[in-house]
Amino acid sequence: MGPILMVMENGEAGFTDSSKELVAKARELADTLGTSSVAVGFGPDAESHLRHLPVDRGIAVSNPELSQYNPLAYEKALSKILEDNQPFLTLIPNTTMGMDLGAGVAARRSLPLVAYCSELTVEGRDVVATSQVFAGKLMAEIALPESGAVITVVPGAWSIDTGSGDPEVSVTSVEISQAMNILQTIEPEKGDVDITKADILISVGRGIESPDNLPMAEELAEAIGGVVSCSRPVVDAGWLPKARQVGKSGQTVKPKLYMAFGISGAPEHQQGMRDADLIIAVNTDENASIMDIAHYGTTVDMLELMPALTERLRGE
Amino acid sequence: MRIAVLMKSVPDLVEDIALDEDSGQVLFDEMTYVPSEWDDQALEEALLIKEESGAEVTAVTVDTGDSDNILFTALAKGADHAVKLVGDYDPSLTNRRRAQIFADYLRDQAFDLVLSGVQAIDDIDGQVPGLVAGIMGWPHASVVTEVHSKDKGVVLRQEYAGGLVAEIEASTPLVIGIQAARKPPRYASIAKVRQVAKTQQIEEVEAESPDVPTLAVRRFYKPVASGHAEMIDGDVEEVASRIIEILQERNLLRR
Ligand SMILES: Cc1cc2nc3c(=O)[nH]c(=O)nc-3n(C[C@H](O)[C@H](O)[C@H](O)COP(=O)(O)OP(=O)(O)OC[C@H]3O[C@@H](n4cnc5c(N)ncnc54)[C@H](O)[C@@H]3O)c2cc1C
Ligand SMILES: Nc1ncnc2c1ncn2[C@@H]1O[C@H](COP(=O)(O)O)[C@@H](O)[C@H]1O
Repeated sequence: MGPILMVMENGEAGFTDSSKELVAKARELADTLGTSSVAVGFGPDAESHLRHLPVDRGIAVSNPELSQYNPLAYEKALSKILEDNQPFLTLIPNTTMGMDLGAGVAARRSLPLVAYCSELTVEGRDVVATSQVFAGKLMAEIALPESGAVITVVPGAWSIDTGSGDPEVSVTSVEISQAMNILQTIEPEKGDVDITKADILISVGRGIESPDNLPMAEELAEAIGGVVSCSRPVVDAGWLPKARQVGKSGQTVKPKLYMAFGISGAPEHQQGMRDADLIIAVNTDENASIMDIAHYGTTVDMLELMPALTERLRGE
Repeated sequence: MRIAVLMKSVPDLVEDIALDEDSGQVLFDEMTYVPSEWDDQALEEALLIKEESGAEVTAVTVDTGDSDNILFTALAKGADHAVKLVGDYDPSLTNRRRAQIFADYLRDQAFDLVLSGVQAIDDIDGQVPGLVAGIMGWPHASVVTEVHSKDKGVVLRQEYAGGLVAEIEASTPLVIGIQAARKPPRYASIAKVRQVAKTQQIEEVEAESPDVPTLAVRRFYKPVASGHAEMIDGDVEEVASRIIEILQERNLLRR
């Protein structure tokens, strides 16, 4: 059986947490299945970072340009590594990199792709993957074929291995095509408020229906001493600035109180708020995924509840 | 510039997913379908590119039974052509097979850009843009929020965690997965769509069912949540009072 390979993503300081979360699981699978674990890193620092990981082997693609994700160059390099190493499983964090690279490389190598994977277990002779589908409303249980698969793993699925190792690291490089160049990296705009610092967030989703209803949320936030945040569609619609967005492609928050109004609780949203101390969800759909992680829930109309709460808070 | 926009519909998440809990199978025929929201974003970005620098936009679907409305809506919004890939397909068509059908069609066409939604929520591998690109051997970038035509290619923005953005220059041909268009998708009135359905044609192209790598899904099931919200019942006034009580108990109110 081929190795369990994992692709490490670069962050501000070394590999990101979501890639380090792959390590312990990859090693556990490799041990159980009697194969080896191999970590792949990119950029000039990858070699030194890989040298400390508790894996059997490291492969560093050392081009200086590749400390940053480049879709074309990463795919070219990873396709070659897969061809040379014939891994049984290739694990990639289900981040922008994973959603892009995972699909591309799976198709290039004629391998099946399992995205949004949240668990991998060995059952007898089978390796079974669990994947979130229908925006987290259902899970799929998949027995992986012996011929292998590419798997993108949701951040937070497993805990980080704090151990260290001393793997042998081979260093390679890839010819970088001029067909795709990174021109610049742009930091997100800092908003007027920092939602990551707020104790109370009044968070609105698509259930707000129209920007005309936003003052309702603002008034409630003011009355309770909190700040308005939101889900992605509210930002995409141009109703609130990007700095207010909670989730995978927004901010990760951990307030004392998170009130989710008209937010369904897609995995990408949950990723940014599930660790809040107290979550109260207001959603007319009692089966919305947000109810699975909220402490309290109610199915009344948010557009009626917000003013009712504001009135009470002001009246006291 | 010739742009293809790959589109599909997905089950409406506002309704329950039809699941046969005994067999663990999703009952694809028993659900209501809506256009995949990210494909709608992809169409919008294509139309914005057309308005900005000129382009010919073709909306493409695989016919799983309800493509006409998507295609006529795309035409009503400003797409130049609509293509329906027809064969013996139904809504349970996997994304991998769909990607292969798209790729087999696109390979023979002279498109410069292929746009599609960043993901479709109805499968274990909904990342159609990367799949289509990988099959064709084209470069691609997904989770993109803005595309402008420039010289012989495009400049696009790829978005990462926390809203960090990379500006990337890429030559065509290229496949792009759209997370969000620069502007919210435009609206086409039902009257306009009806009118277009009377005056414009959908091109039908026969598409054979290809062999693709497959996965054996043992079962689908509802997630067993580690907990569930304690539901607060009653009318709006009762619920508001109870929430205030909870916040008071937890010292979350200023007074
Ligand atoms: C790569 C990627 C990154 C992403 N990043 C993020 C991210 O950072 N943050 C994020 O939020 N999303 C993100 N998403 C999008 C995510 O997948 C969902 O589409 C999004 O979270 C849905 O937002 P929502 O819950 O507001 O809308 P919906 O899913 O449409 O939910 C609206 C909810 O409101 C309820 N509702 C409607 N009317 C009322 C009413 N009057 N009263 C009470 N309830 C009502 C409905 O029942 C429904 O459950 C990302 C997606 C991708 C692919
Ligand atoms: N495994 C691969 N991964 C990504 N791109 C590849 C791969 N193999 C070939 N290519 C193509 O290589 C081209 C760039 O070639 P070059 O300029 O020679 O580096 C791009 O257009 C890619 O489509």
